Amino acid sequence: MLQDKRCPNSIGVWGWLGGGRWGLERYLYTLHRLTGLGILLYFILHILVTSSRVFSEKAWETWMGVFSSPVFKIGEFLVYVAFAYHAINGIRLILIELGFSVGKAEEPIYPYKSSLNVQRPLMIVSIIVAAVLIAAGGYDFFALAH
Amino acid sequence: MRETKLWTWHIFTGIVILVLLGIHMITMHLDGILGWFNPAGGEAIDWANIVARAKLLIIAILYIVLLAAALYHGLYGFRTILFELGPRQGIQKFINVLFWILGICLFVFGTWAALKFYIIAHAG
Amino acid sequence: MTRKLQKETDITFHIRRYNPDVDDKPHWQKFIVHVEPGMTVLDGLHQIRETQDASLSMRYSCRMGVCGSCGMLLNGRPALACNTQIFDIASKALTVASLPNFDIVKDLVPDLTPLFSKHISTYPYIVRDDADEMLNPTGEFFQSPDELTEYLQFTYCIKCGLCMAACPTMATDPNYLGPQPLAQSYRYTKDTRDDGFNLRKKVVGGSHGAFRCHYAGECSNVCPKGVDPARAIQLMKRELVLDYLKLRKHRTKSAILGKPEGVKRRPEIPEAPCFTKE
Repeated sequence: MLQDKRCPNSIGVWGWLGGGRWGLERYLYTLHRLTGLGILLYFILHILVTSSRVFSEKAWETWMGVFSSPVFKIGEFLVYVAFAYHAINGIRLILIELGFSVGKAEEPIYPYKSSLNVQRPLMIVSIIVAAVLIAAGGYDFFALAH
Repeated sequence: MRETKLWTWHIFTGIVILVLLGIHMITMHLDGILGWFNPAGGEAIDWANIVARAKLLIIAILYIVLLAAALYHGLYGFRTILFELGPRQGIQKFINVLFWILGICLFVFGTWAALKFYIIAHAG
Repeated sequence: MTRKLQKETDITFHIRRYNPDVDDKPHWQKFIVHVEPGMTVLDGLHQIRETQDASLSMRYSCRMGVCGSCGMLLNGRPALACNTQIFDIASKALTVASLPNFDIVKDLVPDLTPLFSKHISTYPYIVRDDADEMLNPTGEFFQSPDELTEYLQFTYCIKCGLCMAACPTMATDPNYLGPQPLAQSYRYTKDTRDDGFNLRKKVVGGSHGAFRCHYAGECSNVCPKGVDPARAIQLMKRELVLDYLKLRKHRTKSAILGKPEGVKRRPEIPEAPCFTKE
């Protein structure tokens, strides 16, 4: 009968991470989430820390001294990487989610091509642009001696 | 329908952030390569440079707009992730209220800091 | 796709079993199946049932990818058991489990009830305000082939639930409408005979609606009929946003074409029967 015992079978948060033979878009989605959370955490701290300039030059210099250590330098670079990825992938998502780069409905003919194929060139271009931005940022962060 | 409104603004603030944070990032992290808005030379975060930038009213205004847009975009995004964990109705309400309060507090604090520093920079 | 000529061989089926009368949670059971080229996963499961364990439960009906009953998780990926060649996905071992994100009724049988109730909640039918014309039609609604193409792709849905099983948002939010209902809401919204967008946007634009989709794209990857729910959802978001910005073009409903005039019925074709429904 329909009222019988059921076994719950949801994947849970593990499903967000994929964990299997999924397409690249699924991992980009996960990465978009993680970078977004990272940036938000940094951003809230950033508001509080950079406001120290209001109190005195000394307070500012103290904080900036703390953050010039190598650990924070790498952390800051990771935030920059997250920003570059989130921004470029964000452009791709805006174009897709407002229906500009998913193509028009078409008769499905086997082997099926989907909107994923339509947006793939855009995806490749955005990954390349993000990589270039990250490389340029890395050059500025580490190669140019400050 | 409410979600449509919130999401449209999420996208709109995303575009605003893209432009403003793009400028911010170029100023701060491509300073060695481009050196925009850094009249004193050296690091973008040197005291002389931030005072020089703070004298421009447009920078203060852009900071405040960026602050508002980024807080909205970030907190809405975080709310989306939390809501997708399937919390109960009561917890959803709580998250909504909490995020509005958090966002407004941070916005007021940041705006106060930006304007105050604009005044300090001009005073000398 | 070129398929290598495979020789018949033994393949281990790892099947996730669950019997509600006995088990508290699902467990894995091994079966060795002698597989010949051309056998589908469903054929393999049949062989197990006939020669090894008659208590293995699964749901299937047409055996040819039309009815959408036999959706299962094959090697960690949702697929129709009848539509999947064993040698395409396995050379030694194969895992078969019930579709995730749906409760398990028994063994490989998922409870698809939430799919259907969500589907119904998005008004998946032509909504019009002229009830008289709907009950007693005076002619056909006009629709051009181009207008048909705009939604035809999404009509091929067989409600197998694979997209719902693949969706990452569905994995955590049981109230999310999901790819199938959202795609169907777009299919009817785009239909020129329909006038129900204002009704649908309340459901689809709600907090468990279209904006919980972030284009992970899995629904379109697993769809066995090429329906591409991800495309439909993005296009639906566009409609919703345009509607919010008051930029959505007002569309006039299809005109009613009167019955043809000046033609005579051929004598061998009988009159249509009267309505039998009260």
